[in-house]
Amino acid sequence: MFSWMNKRRSKETLKDRLELVLAYDRAQIPPGKVDALRNDLLEVVKRYFPAGNSSVEVEQRGDQVVLSASISLEEGPGGTEGTRREG
Amino acid sequence: MNAKVIVVTSGKGGVGKTTTTANIGAALAKLGEKVVVIDVDVGLRNLDVVMGLESRVVFDLVDVLEGKCRLSQAVIRDKRVESLYLLPASQTRDKDALDPEVFKGVVRQLIEEEGFTRVLIDSPAGIESGFKTAAAPAEGALVVVNPEVSSVRDADRIIGLLEAQQIREIRLVINRLRPKMVASGNMLSEADVLEILGVKPIGIVPEDDGILVSTNVGEPAVLGKSVAGQAFMDTARRIKGEDVPYPKLEQDRGFMAALRRLFGGA
Ligand SMILES: Nc1ncnc2c1ncn2[C@@H]1O[C@H](COP(=O)(O)OP(=O)(O)O)[C@@H](O)[C@H]1O
Ligand SMILES: [Mg+2]
Repeated sequence: MFSWMNKRRSKETLKDRLELVLAYDRAQIPPGKVDALRNDLLEVVKRYFPAGNSSVEVEQRGDQVVLSASISLEEGPGGTEGTRREG
Repeated sequence: MNAKVIVVTSGKGGVGKTTTTANIGAALAKLGEKVVVIDVDVGLRNLDVVMGLESRVVFDLVDVLEGKCRLSQAVIRDKRVESLYLLPASQTRDKDALDPEVFKGVVRQLIEEEGFTRVLIDSPAGIESGFKTAAAPAEGALVVVNPEVSSVRDADRIIGLLEAQQIREIRLVINRLRPKMVASGNMLSEADVLEILGVKPIGIVPEDDGILVSTNVGEPAVLGKSVAGQAFMDTARRIKGEDVPYPKLEQDRGFMAALRRLFGGA
């Protein structure tokens, strides 16, 4: 039933999920807390720059889990990348 | 099954308890029940990843038992299926953090205060404290068994222990059955397993690559179209009391099978 392409894609999804889950496990952080923080941050950013194309992503850096934010400081629609913060 | 609280167990590890819990849970919710699935494998949490809810875990079962959060804060709602919820195990604690009596109280609260109509408990492998805690609040059990020697033997042991705990509704889920091998006489059939264990199956689930793909992406197979997903869906209907016939699992479409069909075989 599943094509070769499908299988490849499910493996890629699995790798992404596993990398995150293992990072949280090793750092002993509740993943849902980070997810909630990420959503809150995005909400605040959207309040100031609703048109901007901002993103906050969870990343693993060495044995640390970091939130990496790309906050677009454009007033117009679909703005370009602004400052970059980490923490 | 009348049992509202059902433990999913097997004795042996790796036979499909977690897969069964996730799929039967999602299937029962699809059929209109308000379902919570509970992971009791403290220290080796897995039900969250199998269901694709790992990124939403904040509090866990041990936090609830120790009063560090409210029950409703630890229970995660699955956004894909109406009225499906997960209570995750703790990943950082060890299993001594679970007290069977306190756990029973939490399960009672889930039914009486949170209004769940079905509680499925994913038991850890083994027959020690983890299993005993998982089985403590149960009124019924799904014993998952693979048609092979060690799994059947362990299932028999588990059935004895469940009966000793006064668990009345015990049903078998035969998982990873390979119809071709059964047909060639190299694997126990469902009838053989019934004969040996004396417990009626309520579900027969074939070996299916679709299960691996569905766990890779974290979406229970009953939400897709695989053969195993359909088998789990049928099992959930039987749990609800429907009389669902078992589909023919035989896959041998070869020359000999064609000949048999031609000459009036099954
Ligand atoms: N019907 C099936 N067909 C194919 N693979 C299966 C099936 N059921 C379970 N598996 C696989 O078997 C492995 C063990 O399953 P799991 O549910 O984690 O077992 P347990 O919880 O009993 O240890 C997993 O990799 C799972 O994807
Ligand atoms: Mg398991």
